[in-house]
Amino acid sequence: MDSALMSRGVKRCPTWQFILWLCLFGGVLLWGVYAILLIWLKGLNQTNMNDNYGFALWIWADLGVIALGGGAFFTGFLKYVVGKDDLKNIINYAVIIGFICYSSALLILAIDVGQPLRSWFIFWHANVHSMLTEVAFCLSCYFAVLTIEFIPLILENRQIDKVPFFHNLSHNMHKVMAVFAATGAFLSFFHQGSLGGTPSVLFGRPFSYREGLLIWPWTFFLFTWSAAAYGPCFTLFVTRITEKVTKKKLVKQNTIDLLAKISGWMIATYIIAKIIDTWYWATVTAPSKGFAFMDFYSNNPLYGIWILVLEIVVCGIVPAIILLTPKGRNNSVALFIAVTLGCIGVLLNRWVMVLQVVAMPVMTFDKWVMYIPSWQEVATTILPVAYGIIVLMITYRYLPIFPQEQELNPNP
Amino acid sequence: MKKEVKNEKAKKYGMVIDLDKCTGCGACMVACMSENNVPFKEDESNKLDSIAWMRVYKLTNGKPFPEADICYLPRPCMHCEGHNGHAPCVSVCPATATDYNHETGIVSQIYTRCFGCRYCMVACPYHARYFNWWDPVWPEGMEKYLNPDVSPRMRGVVEKCSFCFHRYQTAMNKAYVEGRRKLEEDEYQTSCAQACPADAITFGDLNDPAHAVHQIAKPDLKHGGRSSNPNAFRLLERLGTNPKVYYLSSREWVRRAGDNYLKKDKTVKKLH
Repeated sequence: MDSALMSRGVKRCPTWQFILWLCLFGGVLLWGVYAILLIWLKGLNQTNMNDNYGFALWIWADLGVIALGGGAFFTGFLKYVVGKDDLKNIINYAVIIGFICYSSALLILAIDVGQPLRSWFIFWHANVHSMLTEVAFCLSCYFAVLTIEFIPLILENRQIDKVPFFHNLSHNMHKVMAVFAATGAFLSFFHQGSLGGTPSVLFGRPFSYREGLLIWPWTFFLFTWSAAAYGPCFTLFVTRITEKVTKKKLVKQNTIDLLAKISGWMIATYIIAKIIDTWYWATVTAPSKGFAFMDFYSNNPLYGIWILVLEIVVCGIVPAIILLTPKGRNNSVALFIAVTLGCIGVLLNRWVMVLQVVAMPVMTFDKWVMYIPSWQEVATTILPVAYGIIVLMITYRYLPIFPQEQELNPNP
Repeated sequence: MKKEVKNEKAKKYGMVIDLDKCTGCGACMVACMSENNVPFKEDESNKLDSIAWMRVYKLTNGKPFPEADICYLPRPCMHCEGHNGHAPCVSVCPATATDYNHETGIVSQIYTRCFGCRYCMVACPYHARYFNWWDPVWPEGMEKYLNPDVSPRMRGVVEKCSFCFHRYQTAMNKAYVEGRRKLEEDEYQTSCAQACPADAITFGDLNDPAHAVHQIAKPDLKHGGRSSNPNAFRLLERLGTNPKVYYLSSREWVRRAGDNYLKKDKTVKKLH
């Protein structure tokens, strides 16, 4: 029925099957939309946030999707600036995943503020000392860049491409894409870094506070580094899932291998930096504020030392080793485990830098406070997943995302 | 008049709370809520989402009878100066909705500019900042008793203790009309200080040697305002927040409860 919209020479599932899945994920999306409306109409009392948990599930989700979406800027940087041309076979998907992640982040921010209609104050009354101001500016600009990077892809749809204007526009946009990729990398460096600075400039919160270089705490650099390291893991993770769902090989192994290897090196170097940062914080920064290392990991029902071991060893060192060895990269199961662990690792890092920061008591007569999100918070956090799947379904069906698809899957 | 303004020294309003005098009666909390139109819920049992600009904590020394001891600790906003006005909350607010006033040392909150991101709440280690999770609802007729000098806050913004700044404005207006630029100590007092039946709260200009707060707290300006009074301390002084609320206690365990120490550490006074 909709075959005229699909690229020539590729096979897609029947329309009824496509619509069925679309309805399924659309239902989840509508559940999230209902929760959003409740929150906008009735206020943030619909959540389980409280005065201890000013930042909670949503801010974690924001930091998480932005880190995972880092695959877009880093893959673009590698392809267009460094010149790793092989990555042209996966860059389209990286851009779409990045677009989904960043649009989700902006949506979550729009529901997370108490007075959404005043959100523009962040630009109008900008406080140059605030990390959030930098985040807001760079995030908005980078989302614009991602949209510009996404547009030529949409214009490549078989029917749209027939219009000469769109065909030429797409062609010309591709020609100048290096400029946008470089701009995106520059902007990403700052907003990923500012997100790292957001908890670490809080000198009233010894768990997250870090010293640093000039005005930037060390986590400014660690967050950028980790997004560049783990973002490609998410790109590879989603690509692998897509291949499983479509039962097709979509990207050649040499491209996967290249991105996985670069990701492995980035994770390995990041983890070394992270260990040094943790060591310095535990032995110098925190004790100077009167805190022993184990104060951060005891006397509470959840946050034990296991969380640090899981983040650094299981989700850092292990995936780095797998991704750095040719055997690991060529074994599809090992590769999938590595990129999955990588994604979990960066999400865990963002979790502790948001949730554990506010859970922990600072005044001696305060107590640890735990938090369970309300269904409205859960629904609005799952919404981006459903939205992302729907966007991926539509773009995969109607746009030529994978340049190697035809070659890898010749029609019988 | 111009000369007088030029030579005027910046004020630094602050508070001294004598914990040995505080009985934990809560009069300061009630006075504060009433004075500042602080909204409340029908059920205030969940302290994590109810607003109390002034909150009284109960501290215990954790020892069994007969050595058991308790202390009540009233906690307003600390009006931190941080380093040169960079209070923990002020520097992080992305919309400049909270500001450090260098003329008075008071940390303000601009309700109509706050868009409710709550970054300032995360930044404050004292939990002195509160979010309006609900629209304020007053029992029928009570809106007539609201303080006309203080604007009630709407849902979705952060609020906190202002050291009754509207009283400062009123006092300054009166002084201007009378051709003065300087306030007498008793012309500007917070509602909690006035309501305390035990006279545990003293309020005034920490920069003015004639004010009681200066004489009691004895702030050492060369060392970030740290008190020279051996019985005085500030909450979480080691974090560098540089608060303007000083506490007094003759009891060592109470003073030690004011900050975090490693097991091997002595109290902060001996550390520096």
